[in-house]
Amino acid sequence: MAFLELEGVRKSFAGTVAVENFDLGAEKGEFVSFLGPSGCGKTTTLRMIAGFELPTAGSIRIDGSEVTNRPPNRRNVGMVFQSYALFPNMTVADNIGFGMKVRGKPRDRINTKVAELLDLIHLGGRGDRFPWQLSGGQQQRVALARALAIEPQVLLLDEPLSALDAKIRVALRHQIRSIQRQLGITTVYVTHDQEEALSLSDRVVVMSEGRIEQVGAPADIYNFPATRFVASFVGTLNLLEARVVDAPAGRLSLAGQEIRAGGAVDASNGSPVTVAIRPEGIELGTNGGTNQVTGAVEDVSFLGSIVRTRLRLDDAGTTLSLDTFNDPNLTAPAIDSTVTVSFPPEACLVLASAAAPPPQTDAVTAAEALL
Amino acid sequence: MSGAGGAQPPFGPIGVMRSWLHTSDGGRRGFGAWWAWVIFILGALYFILPLVGVFFHSIRTRPDIFLAYRQVFADPAFLRGLGYSFTAGVITVVVSLLIIVPTAYWVRLRVPRLRPVVEFVTLMPFVIPPVVLAFGLIRIYSQGPVRLAASDTGLNVMLIGAYVVLSFPYMYRAVDTGLASIDVRTLTEAAQSLGSGWTRILARVIFPNLRTSLLSGAFLTLAIVIGEYTIAQVLARTMAFAPYLSLLGRNQPYQPAAVSLISFGLTWLAMILIAFLGRGSRARVQVAGAR
Amino acid sequence: MADVAAVREQGAQIAPPARSRLSWSWLGLVPFFLFCTAFLFLPVAFLILGSLYDPEGAITLQNYADLSTGIIPGAFANSIEISVVTAIAGGIFGFLLAASVTLGRLPRVLRTALLTFSGVASNFAGVPLALAFIFTLGTLGFLTTFLQSLGLAGFRGVNLTSKLGVEIVYMYFQFPLMVLIIAPALEGLRREWREAAENMGASAFQYWRYVGLPILTPTILGTMILLFGNAFGAQATAFQLTGGTLPLVTLVISSQIRGDVLHNPGLGYAMAMGMVVIMGVSILLYTLLQRRAEHWLRA
Repeated sequence: MAFLELEGVRKSFAGTVAVENFDLGAEKGEFVSFLGPSGCGKTTTLRMIAGFELPTAGSIRIDGSEVTNRPPNRRNVGMVFQSYALFPNMTVADNIGFGMKVRGKPRDRINTKVAELLDLIHLGGRGDRFPWQLSGGQQQRVALARALAIEPQVLLLDEPLSALDAKIRVALRHQIRSIQRQLGITTVYVTHDQEEALSLSDRVVVMSEGRIEQVGAPADIYNFPATRFVASFVGTLNLLEARVVDAPAGRLSLAGQEIRAGGAVDASNGSPVTVAIRPEGIELGTNGGTNQVTGAVEDVSFLGSIVRTRLRLDDAGTTLSLDTFNDPNLTAPAIDSTVTVSFPPEACLVLASAAAPPPQTDAVTAAEALL
Repeated sequence: MSGAGGAQPPFGPIGVMRSWLHTSDGGRRGFGAWWAWVIFILGALYFILPLVGVFFHSIRTRPDIFLAYRQVFADPAFLRGLGYSFTAGVITVVVSLLIIVPTAYWVRLRVPRLRPVVEFVTLMPFVIPPVVLAFGLIRIYSQGPVRLAASDTGLNVMLIGAYVVLSFPYMYRAVDTGLASIDVRTLTEAAQSLGSGWTRILARVIFPNLRTSLLSGAFLTLAIVIGEYTIAQVLARTMAFAPYLSLLGRNQPYQPAAVSLISFGLTWLAMILIAFLGRGSRARVQVAGAR
Repeated sequence: MADVAAVREQGAQIAPPARSRLSWSWLGLVPFFLFCTAFLFLPVAFLILGSLYDPEGAITLQNYADLSTGIIPGAFANSIEISVVTAIAGGIFGFLLAASVTLGRLPRVLRTALLTFSGVASNFAGVPLALAFIFTLGTLGFLTTFLQSLGLAGFRGVNLTSKLGVEIVYMYFQFPLMVLIIAPALEGLRREWREAAENMGASAFQYWRYVGLPILTPTILGTMILLFGNAFGAQATAFQLTGGTLPLVTLVISSQIRGDVLHNPGLGYAMAMGMVVIMGVSILLYTLLQRRAEHWLRA
């Protein structure tokens, strides 16, 4: 039995279903992320674990005991809010010690714990400051300390870093993870930033429209997306429409050029399928694998450590993006020049098709469509 | 009054739906807490009963119970009083806006250091008894170079001047709050980068965005002007509404009650109008103070 | 030149170079200050000057000395007492009313009704308000007759010329003022603070005691002070109710400046100065508390 269990959890509001059929078991000390776009139900599910929303159906258990109907102030879960929610009339120290104070803990114990936590979040000695005197990152750390002060069984974080600058976000998320590891608290982390989810979690729960799309380790989610949605949301995969030529042999026709998938294809010959190929799995030239595709260079983007080249494969607008590590000594291919790229069959994933095949997208337009 | 504010800020992707869990303190499901109903009903009784009292008094006339109302509407002094004060109110609002909006805008944008000074000045009318203000005006302007008190027009000018000053606390507060909720600096810079001059910025960019605040400040000022007695009396403006009402109160038993009810009803309608017009706007609306 | 530095320090990047920026900025406020001079500062100056003259026209400080004679200290005492009582009682019940429509989960329409009504009622002072209460709770008021018919034969209506009577009537504009200011403040209490407190294990009572009320205290106190000033400056209502039989500062000032035969305008102005001081202090306190409240509620 897992430490945190959600079974058949469902939440509907006046006709709309926000969360459907949510099943999850998180082990003690595990760091699980809920990843998905706005409105997918991830925050609602988190709030149900915290007790701020009541599930319409299903049950939630923490360490074996049923908490589904327990009011939020009796659950011993610590929550870090997106907007920090620090009490403005109290100092940092009072904020952190608040949970212990309302539980009637003795003063000296509170002071010791608060000092401990202040050191943990690298704000030692600043306990007498007020929230409005701190920066966003500092406030978020105080919010984290406040949630940890009550020694919760489960730690919940609701998009805690979305209000911060990129650099601070990266630094802070490492801090959060290392503190979590140190303390061994089961953690649920809600985010729409796939980089955060992938870099921090033991497991990722990808959600869309109230449903779980896939649960797995970051590498599995990224390398082996189960559905089209997961493939397009996580990472920057190429999603292309192809037609099955020879199902058992895995031969597909992509923009008029033939490629092979990693294995047999579960579809009939001639039917359309969605193919996902990671940009970093494709190589310029013919040494990348047995699949060879030719196209005209449409765009070359310099992304820092990575150079992303986009090829136009046919006149219907089919494009393919590939990523190569930045090498200052190599010149990028010229725009409109014809190049051949190659990738191994294993890099080519055939996905369960959606109900109606959506128009072909590459990584960039897929991301734009989610905006 | 936040009646004009309306919408609550949405929290999270689920919007305004409230789960009973976080609005209660132990799981009380239901249609409003019991204490809330008790308090509200007590308050409603306190507010409504006096109005009922006025109404009953106004229909004491026999055999026609609405005789008082008919008399009021037939009395030329009523319409004259209402007309005069309403006009005075409108002029006051316009002048006040023309002075306050540019001033508030300027203070916010260019001279923030003077903001406490301006705020203090706008609060001064609260502090001075109106009778003192009125007498001061009469004394000053009945001698010396500017003999406003010598003519009827002059007295009207003084009246408007006094009322504009009286409206400052409310107008400035309303406009200032409105400016605070729109990003004045950015809007101005955007307009300037597009080549706008100051007057155009004020007219086309600032004024429209302050609509709700201006409306509420305007209605309040109107209510104050129509109800104002002391200054009108001292400046011998007996054709104004409140002096008319006072005179009526001395001579007629039932008509004053009718007039009070009518003006109360009209003002309430106006307030509901503001609330309706201002729905969805983030600007907080100003509050009145009575004398 | 300190002014230039200060203006520059504000970060006004929109402006032209320093010298013309200075005159430019000041110019913008000239219309406002001119207007205030003509219709506010001059009368106030007149008030201050007037308090230094006696009825014969000679300069004197006697008026200020006279402030401690006759009915004047009583008038100040009455005014202060009435203002304090209506400020506190009005503040408490007004707070409860505002809480009932925001936190009490009453139907939304009641909230709009209360707030719009409050907008009107807070200005319904003067003759109409006094008349309304006379018609309701006076000796011949309909409620009085009604209660008498129910068996309370001894009830002769509320004595509206007494301090209590005036206080009861003043509530009509004190409650609404409190409601109008507190309701937005109550709604400004972020839901997340409540949730965070509950998350920490706080009960509703603990939330209000440690978070909710402390955050609201500056606003509540500040508004009560405003209520104090509001009641202190009220005039027409009291006059209509009491006919001047109850000495109140505003009424005495009025009668000294305009009214009865033995009037002494200089004394009236001196009293007005006293009133200005009292009101000025209350406005100052209110502003200070407002600043603090804004700080937190905007955080």
